[in-house]
This record gives sequence, structure tokens and C-alpha cells, in this order.
Amino acid sequence: MIVTELAIVGAGPAGLSASIEARRARVDVLLIDENARPGGQLFKQIHKFFGSRAHKAGIRGINIGTELLRESEELGIHIWLKGEVCGIENGHNLWVVRDRNRSEIVKAKKIILATGATENAVTFPGWDLPGVMGAGAAQTMINVNRVLPGRKVIMLGSGNVGVIVAYQLMQAGAEVVAVLEAAPVLGGYGVHTAKVSRAGVPFYVSHTIKRAFGTNHVEAVEIVELDNSFKQILGTEQILDADTVCLATGLTPLTELAWLAGCKFNFVPALGGHLPIHDDKMHTTQPDIFIAGDISGIEEASTAMEEGRLAGINAAQELGYISEDEAKIRTDAIWDSLNSLRSGYFGQKRRDSKDLILQNGKR
Amino acid sequence: MNRIVNHPILDEEKPAKEVEIFVDDKPIIAREGEMIAAALIANGIFINRYTIHKHKPRGIYCAIGRCTDCIMTVDGIPNIRTCVTEVKDGMRITTQKGTGVWS
Amino acid sequence: MEHSLKTTGSPSLEELYKSPAFPTKEQLHKGPIAIIECIEEIPCNPCEASCPKGAITIGESITNLPEMDYEKCTACGMCITACPGLAIYIKDYTYGDTKALLSFPYEYYPLPKAGDIVQAVDRQGNYVCDAEVIKVRNPKSYDHTAVITIEYPKEYFEEAVNMKRIK
Repeated sequence: MIVTELAIVGAGPAGLSASIEARRARVDVLLIDENARPGGQLFKQIHKFFGSRAHKAGIRGINIGTELLRESEELGIHIWLKGEVCGIENGHNLWVVRDRNRSEIVKAKKIILATGATENAVTFPGWDLPGVMGAGAAQTMINVNRVLPGRKVIMLGSGNVGVIVAYQLMQAGAEVVAVLEAAPVLGGYGVHTAKVSRAGVPFYVSHTIKRAFGTNHVEAVEIVELDNSFKQILGTEQILDADTVCLATGLTPLTELAWLAGCKFNFVPALGGHLPIHDDKMHTTQPDIFIAGDISGIEEASTAMEEGRLAGINAAQELGYISEDEAKIRTDAIWDSLNSLRSGYFGQKRRDSKDLILQNGKR
Repeated sequence: MNRIVNHPILDEEKPAKEVEIFVDDKPIIAREGEMIAAALIANGIFINRYTIHKHKPRGIYCAIGRCTDCIMTVDGIPNIRTCVTEVKDGMRITTQKGTGVWS
Repeated sequence: MEHSLKTTGSPSLEELYKSPAFPTKEQLHKGPIAIIECIEEIPCNPCEASCPKGAITIGESITNLPEMDYEKCTACGMCITACPGLAIYIKDYTYGDTKALLSFPYEYYPLPKAGDIVQAVDRQGNYVCDAEVIKVRNPKSYDHTAVITIEYPKEYFEEAVNMKRIK
């Protein structure tokens, strides 16, 4: 058994930020990630981030990731890669399978779950053909693995993930045949859709995929218009030539460990579904378990990093490394930044949903 | 070849040591340290397995080790998530049928 | 379908004229200026600090729309690569007797070279006219957002905003 003061599960933007804050306060930290490399999904974000210039706006996600790794290296943060956390017991003990061949128990005084999210699927005849994949999967292939999973792509879903990946597929050399959106209006930031539009990609609002054709791979895709209640309008079908379909239909938080730990949940569709209830310190309903990033509601890397910092500082405070006053001053500043990221046409809805969770999280 | 050699943001791909892996006994060239699924796509292989009942082809779906759609038999061990498993020189990979066979 | 940002992906002229940063026709024709096509309240403000003349204002709340003071803008182009949304470009109607100038952000491979003839496109990627590449700038400080400058016939001044990707 290995004993640590703080175990953090997931070395993406939230987990890395949490570990950096906690380690800076001299907490004994163990950061665990199932992947061969740390960084989570940051290293596939090759676009310049939005946000405040005081908080890394204008910098590409990959460069933010590199910066976080450099900081965590300088601080000597102990990272276990290829460590899959498969269980959690008594709110303190993590069962970790390391290198896929041996078990280890980590006993931690405090735990931060920063496990991220996974992509949603939608089904249609042919959705199981090779060539149909998550938009994030395509993004991983082109930007991390540097292989092109398709040449003629249809993107289903026009949220930021859909339009960003559509753009990045073109940067990687693919053609984007169309971006489809079931709703009557596009979901993503207008500056993203405008970039894709001026590359000549048509957007189809109130449209979805009826079926994908092919034997061993996608060969063509039939799309159809939807009415106001999202029913297919017969006779509006058209067939598009494509070899790849990317599904950008939202994300679901990876909450298994929080369920196992007995955390209480809320159902918040606007933030991705079932979410562990948490307070403004990122504390769940379990006394020594914090959460940060997409597990606490689907948002963006910029908010994930801020939530990670909140969890890291508050864990350090509860472990006795930071005074309550200092923690308050620092976390208040982070809350100001989070509130500004959660404002405007896109952010306010997330803020309202977050406020609801926080209300329930008050102890 | 489906490798993205030049990229406007990521620049030219850095050279890597090449390794030889075998897919259904056919040798292909992969980059050391890359994921099996990426090496397959680079070499134009998009089918990782066939399903147990209807024998339908499956390729990658999530590419981050969550969905298990890309599982194959690797060095005699079935159900290996190829999107999160690195290639090794001489590795023998089999397109998996159903739940696969240990060998 | 009616052309609008939320239905076709690109903003209509009507939507742009309503936003506080978009120039009036008179301002547009006066000389070289930066044009910001940012009409949605997203949390973002790097353009504000990028302007050495202080011509762009966002203010306290980072979801405010940018405002442009065209008296101060010298069309230096610093804002083009500072904008994470690639929503800023520069136009000069007074560039020549028959030719106008356009500088825009471009993040595709391959880049064009000075002297190349490229296809200028409108906001929906439709071909507008042929254009000659005057300059391609891609220094390290731009972090891979190249700025392409093209000259093109004045009669297409308003429609052209970018160029077709070279395949």
C-alpha cells in the first residue's frame, strides 16, 4: 500500500492545475493517469484559446499543456502514468491497476477526481461502420497521432467541438462536406462557424443523418431535414458523398469513481447529465473527495483549469498547508475569473446550472 | 499513406524511429511510440475487428480508450484497446473475430 | 433560408453593421482600417491589449463586444493574429486606382507565396475574384497564424474577406 496526502485522478487540465497548486503549497501529491502521456485532451487543442488575456487567452491549448507539464516537472510532482483507477473504497483508498499488469492500493487523506468526460453517440443505420467516429476521436487522430482518419467528412453537431474539429480536419488536409445541426440554430461560437463557413463548408440547420451507407466503411451518407419537434420530414432526404462521419453530439462526465465513492448526484442536462453535487470549494458530499473539470459539468479547458486550482488550494488548506484566510483570498480571485468565463450568451446558462449545483452543495 | 507530414500549426512531423509490426501476418511500418490504431490508419487499415454475432466490421470510435470498439488481439492477447496501446517492434496484431482467441 | 450567423455560420452584413466594431461604409472607404467581425458575446479580450493605439475597447466584462475607434486605428495589423477567433482583417480601399488591399489570417497548409494568383472568397467561401498575393507574414510571434496580403479589383472590395484554401 502506498500512502499519500493527496491523490489526484486524471492529469488533464483540471488535474494538472490542481496538482500544481497543491504541490506549490508543499502537499505530498500523487497524480494518476491511465494514459501513456499526461495532458488529457489539452494536446489535441491546437487552436488559440478564448478567455481573458490575464488567463492564457490567445495561447494554443497545446502550448498551455506544455506549460502545465513544465510547471509540474519543476515542482517535482509525482505522476503515475498508465495507472487506471478501477475502484475507490472508504472514501480514501484507490485501487490502481498499473501498467495493465499489477494492482496497487493508494491510501490518500484527500482525493481530487478530475476524470474528464467521454463523447456521446447518436445512432442511425450504419452508425457502427468503420468511418463513423467521435469528433474528439478524429481530433486525437489528426492532432496527436498525426494520421488522417478520413478524406471527406460530415460533421454531425455544430457546438464548439463540432466546428473546431471541422476546422482542424481541414487544417490536417481533409475536406469537410457539411456540418449538420439538429436544432434550428447553430450551437458553437460564431467566430468558429464563420471560419468554417468561409472555407466553403455548408451548414445544414434542422438536419440530421438518416443513414450511412457502406459495407466495410462509410461510402455515402443520407441526410434529412427535421421539423420543429425533431421529426424527420419525409421527402427532404439527400445523399452526400462522404467517407467519414464525425459525431459531435455532446459529452458525458466520467463519474464512475464518484458513484463508487457514494457521492450524491444532481441531474443537470445543461452540463452533461448526472453530476456529483459540489460546493464552492469543489468538495463533493463525501468529506475528503473533491472534483474538478468536466466531471463536475461539461465546460471548457479554461474553466477546468480554474476548477482544478480551486480544488488544489482547498485540499491544501484542509490538509493544513495554507491558512483559511489565504485560501479564501486566492479562491475568491479564481471565482471572479470563473464568473467572467461563465457570462454572456453562451456562459450564463452554464453559470445558472452551476449555481444550482452549488446551492445543493452548501453544507 | 494517411500520415499528416506537414501541418500549418504543428509544423513538419519530427522523424521517429521506424518499427515493423505485423497485422494478420502482413508487415507494416509504424512510428516508434505511436498507438497501434494510429499505425493502422496510417497504413490504410480501418477495420480492427468483426462483431461476435453479425460479424460486422468495427473501426475506431472514441480513440481515447473508453469505448473498446477498436480492440484487437495483440501478441496473443485478445481485447486490447489499440487506440491507447503503443506499438512495439515485432508486435503481432490480429483482426479480432468476436471475443478473440488467446494463444 | 435567411442568411445569418446562427443559420448559415457566417454573419450577414446586416448583423455586422449592427455590431459596435464594424465600420460604416464611409469609414470603410476612407483608407486602411482593421475590421472586426465579432458579433457574439463570448468571453474573450486579447484584441484589446494587442492594439498599440488603444483603438479597441472591451472593458471590464470580458464578454463585452469589442468597440473600435476608427480615429485611432492605423491598420497596423497587430490585432489580426491576436484574435483567437480569426475574426479580424485589414482592408484598404485607397490602395490603388483600380486595386484594393486585404490582409487576413490564414492557418492552412500550404501557404501561398508572394506573386501567386489566389482566389478571393466571401464569408461563405464563394469565389469572388482572382487576387495577387503581395506579402505572406508568418513570424514566430504570430504562432502559426499567418497573415496574407492580397491585392484585388476594387469592384469586389466589400465581398472579399479571405482566400480559398490551396489544395
